[in-house]
Amino acid sequence: MKNSSRRGFMGKAFGAVAGVGAVGALYAMKKTWDPLPSVKAAGFTTLDMSAYKENELVVEKWRGKPIFVLKQSQEMLDTENKNISQITGKTTAGMDKKRLIKIGDAHYLVCIGLCTHLGCIPGYRPETKDFLCACHGGMYDDTAMVKKSPPPRGLDIPPFKIDGMKLVLGEEGPEYKKMKETGITL
Amino acid sequence: MAHFTKATSVKDWLNQRLAVEKVEKVMMSEYWIPKNINFLWAMGMILVVTFALLLVSGIFLLMYYQPNVNLAFDSVNYTIMSEVDFGWLWRHVHGVAASVVFLIIYIHMFTGIYYGSYKKGREMIWISGMLLFVAFSAEAFSGYMLPWGQMSYWAGMVITNLFSGGSLHADGLVEWIRGDYVPAQAFLNRFFMLHVLLIPLAIIGLIGLHFGALRIPHVNNQDGEEIDFDAEAKKYLAGDKAGSKVIRFANDFMAKDMMVVGVYLVFFFYLVFYNYGFAMDPVNFDPANGLKTPTHIYPEWYFLWSYEILRPFSTNIGLIAFAFAQVIFFALPFLDKSPNTVPASRRGLFKYWFWAMLIDMIILTAMGKVPPVEPFGTIGFYAALTFIGLWIALPFITKMEKKV
Ligand code: HEM
Ligand code: FES
Repeated sequence: MKNSSRRGFMGKAFGAVAGVGAVGALYAMKKTWDPLPSVKAAGFTTLDMSAYKENELVVEKWRGKPIFVLKQSQEMLDTENKNISQITGKTTAGMDKKRLIKIGDAHYLVCIGLCTHLGCIPGYRPETKDFLCACHGGMYDDTAMVKKSPPPRGLDIPPFKIDGMKLVLGEEGPEYKKMKETGITL
Repeated sequence: MAHFTKATSVKDWLNQRLAVEKVEKVMMSEYWIPKNINFLWAMGMILVVTFALLLVSGIFLLMYYQPNVNLAFDSVNYTIMSEVDFGWLWRHVHGVAASVVFLIIYIHMFTGIYYGSYKKGREMIWISGMLLFVAFSAEAFSGYMLPWGQMSYWAGMVITNLFSGGSLHADGLVEWIRGDYVPAQAFLNRFFMLHVLLIPLAIIGLIGLHFGALRIPHVNNQDGEEIDFDAEAKKYLAGDKAGSKVIRFANDFMAKDMMVVGVYLVFFFYLVFYNYGFAMDPVNFDPANGLKTPTHIYPEWYFLWSYEILRPFSTNIGLIAFAFAQVIFFALPFLDKSPNTVPASRRGLFKYWFWAMLIDMIILTAMGKVPPVEPFGTIGFYAALTFIGLWIALPFITKMEKKV
């Protein structure tokens, strides 16, 4: 009896030590899988916005991700209220301008070029002025709002800061913060 | 107390130390197999052989492969394919085996479903089998990343994105899995580790579990007959080999098994030498490029059916349907409420369920391959609904089944 209770104690003592060890080991394993600091150290990309042409998609790169820059032509701005969202069934006019970034007198669409469905890169079609994602057939209009599912929302807008005619990606300026607060982007 | 005597032969020496004769009996000569089975029961052995082929060819590929985003593509497509003598052989064997293993797994699974080999004590065989299926899927996916071509990169992007859980936006989890914002060096390195060490270890352990689970219930037979293995074995050992319903696993049954394996290997090496193209996607002969998606992304053929269940729905519903498809086969022994363990052909409605499920999965596979345009989108949508519907119907139709 005495013996077995001593064994019981030893079992519990081992269990406690092993338990602490297991939790510690799991924590270390989890942290080892984390992105490295060098990866996380936010990459900043500066774009010179005066160089873009209307209705011509340019793909830049930020943190390894493609960034779409699409300068809007007057025609694109005018037809905005004609776009109907397939998800809400309503015109997208209200949302539209809010997704664009105004620099100087021009409006730009600047967004992460990865489909919000599962991350393929949609292609821009200048004739129809929309984006088509070949992976599962998702479509976006010229301000990258969803026209056809499966994508659940428009293309995300990266953190940006306006600096004269330049745009700094990776830094959160007041215009970006406002977009985030109002739910224009995630 | 262990007592050792001077050995009279090498066998005796080993016997005293390792009980080799006993082991031989337990594992081979007195492991009993029913006589009443057909070539479909050789699929398990074919899977073992194919796994061995994957292991051996993998070891040779490993000697020249470089898990580095700048070098991986060339180490495979240049070094192994054109510099290393017979490098192409290992690559083709590995690629063909990775594809064919799934064909055999599906045949093996549907054989089990047809003959009811997942119930009456065989539940653990089924569950360990499904764990093997999951482990093989993970192994195939991680291996697909390694050549670091366009399909590697974009399949990696799309599949890891599934873990964001749709509207849950678990982007942190996705980045954790990748070790980066996008698939990059950390991603390639960790999938390399998974592919060559962790998952193969798990597979070997699971094969052991699968075999262990077979031990007590033994394999099923063509009539689902409940055989008293002890009594039949006694009959056999007493000399009534013709009257007994069982035979020895080795060498008697093995001879039959190996005959089927032989036919399979001829077919397999025909593919390796003359028809390996199906196992290598042409898009993956372009190096990975994070700024350009291939115009049409699809997984390897064996994932198409579950991919098609994801595709026709909006993100969240698609993910739920996909998750359902991934796990539902595990539940088969518990959703089948009928007491009958006989071939599907004698089971009333279940017969139709079986063929409907098989055909539906073939349709899903075909629709997963074509681009997401009409009418394929609609066909895929209804096939996905049918898949889910069949599983919901299963407990009801098997409950109504009459005992045979
Ligand atoms: C590489 C993976 C696998 C290997 C090496 C393997 C191997 C084997 C072997 C050698 C047998 C005995 C012979 C036979 O009946 O074919 C067997 C039986 C069985 N396996 Fe597998 N198997 C694998 C995967 C699976 C999977 C994915 C499933 C389905 C979930 C599965 C379900 C079964 C069932 C139900 C039996 C019993 C058949 C019966 O009793 O008639 N196995 N397996
Ligand atoms: S990734 Fe674009 S539609 Fe699925």
